[in-house]
Amino acid sequence: MTVYLIYKTLLASMILVLSLVVAMYSTLIERKMAGWFQDRHGPNRAGPWGLLQPLADGIKLFFKEEFMPAAADRFLYILGPSLTMFIALLTSAVIPWGPDLVINGVNYPLQVADVNIGILYIFAILSVGVYGIMIGGWASNNKYALLGAVRASSQMISYELAMSLSIVAIVMMTGSLSMREIVAQQQGFNWNIIYQPLGFLIFLICAFAETNRSPFDLPECETELVGGYHTEYSSMKLGFYLFAEYINMFISGAVMATLFLGGYHFPGLDKLGLPPNLFALVSFMALFLKITFFGFIYMWVRWTIPRFRYDQLMKLGWKNLIPLAVLNIVVTGVVILFAR
Amino acid sequence: MKNLTNRSKVVSDKKMSFTERIYLPAILSGMRITFGHLFRKKTTVQYPEVQRQFSDIYRGKHVLKRDDEGRERCTACGLCAVACPAEAITMVAAERNPGEERLYREEKYAAVYEINMLRCIFCGDCEEACPKEAIFLTPEIVRAGYRRDKFIYGKDELVEPADPAKRIGVSKRQTPEVLEFKKDKRQKHNK
Repeated sequence: MTVYLIYKTLLASMILVLSLVVAMYSTLIERKMAGWFQDRHGPNRAGPWGLLQPLADGIKLFFKEEFMPAAADRFLYILGPSLTMFIALLTSAVIPWGPDLVINGVNYPLQVADVNIGILYIFAILSVGVYGIMIGGWASNNKYALLGAVRASSQMISYELAMSLSIVAIVMMTGSLSMREIVAQQQGFNWNIIYQPLGFLIFLICAFAETNRSPFDLPECETELVGGYHTEYSSMKLGFYLFAEYINMFISGAVMATLFLGGYHFPGLDKLGLPPNLFALVSFMALFLKITFFGFIYMWVRWTIPRFRYDQLMKLGWKNLIPLAVLNIVVTGVVILFAR
Repeated sequence: MKNLTNRSKVVSDKKMSFTERIYLPAILSGMRITFGHLFRKKTTVQYPEVQRQFSDIYRGKHVLKRDDEGRERCTACGLCAVACPAEAITMVAAERNPGEERLYREEKYAAVYEINMLRCIFCGDCEEACPKEAIFLTPEIVRAGYRRDKFIYGKDELVEPADPAKRIGVSKRQTPEVLEFKKDKRQKHNK
């Protein structure tokens, strides 16, 4: 039991560190990509290829003046970014990162918590995630921040619906809410994206909206709202908000890879006959590759498409994505019924 | 109404077609374009390591020339200061003392000669005005700095070294033809 607890703690902290490091370097990669897409080099002065840039940015943020507006609610003002960061790190708990490790004949699953309602857990956490933004925007006592927060909350509500509906079809297919079970059913090249292309598309679009990434970055919309919900934030509190966005990107990439791209499965990988621990490692690399792919898509889209107008955003969410998702459920249901 | 140019476009408020309404084709074509840019040649010039080739007649930092014997050419006549549209040049004239003949070419010289590089617009009117071929703009650039007062360049930074090996070559604008032109009696300062 003690060994089990230690293992879980170790795994959780490793995933925590992994998410933080990935998020750190996502900021660098984001800026690099921005540069490349615009025929520039991107940051390349701090260390070789700019590898020390995230460190320099972090140090800079820590040394910036910690400014708090006089009319701000002190408690909520600090709670906002902390909550955002906390929630962003919570989601990774139910993601299966790879097949079991075998040490001394005992199986150790590469998953912090195999909850049998893994998907519901993710949705619950995601919807709590907007509270950080709302609280921060509200506590700043600034009209731009408040507008950004209001936008964030209504955007979340609108797109969460379509997101959950697109997952219902997956749940119907697999008959399970456990992430582990969903991955297990996608062995080989049996990926859900092949059976649910429309569901994947809807989920992808909604994931952009849920992580507040361009073209749905209306909550922070610099052109209209100064800085949106984090207008009044500075120093590491601002850093937390920005950082949480990258963690969310990483985690949502992991969720999408798990639900649609076969998680840690890769065609032909299980036929190689690797020893279990090496197999777990290679499988994890496969998952990581898929997450990187999604990260690339996130950045690619960000530096291509302009922001949606707010009415377009709402129209897309309510009038297009939700009916499409419902249609997807109906079609899936009919197919399952007749395939039996 | 008759068109003034052929470029006018009729603005229409037509309904978007289905392909336009679902955004995706437009988004994908946009993404194809940006993806192509990933592998393009970067336009950035990595400045301190790579320096861009300047034009031969680039007008940069000024130099106060010495003559062949190493004497300062400037006589502090003030024509450059008068010609300067930005009023960046100030000078204080002084009389040459006996024994200083090897330092200054004529009886009068500039004891103080300052150019405010933040005011200067690098138009080259000073070298145009100079009757003594004393001031020229070189292809060197004025360095960036943190303090405004560091941009007021005095004689220590402007006068070229006396050592013939360290003389600062002036730009192509100091060709024999230009020198000839400057001797032209129709020019006001040569009269």
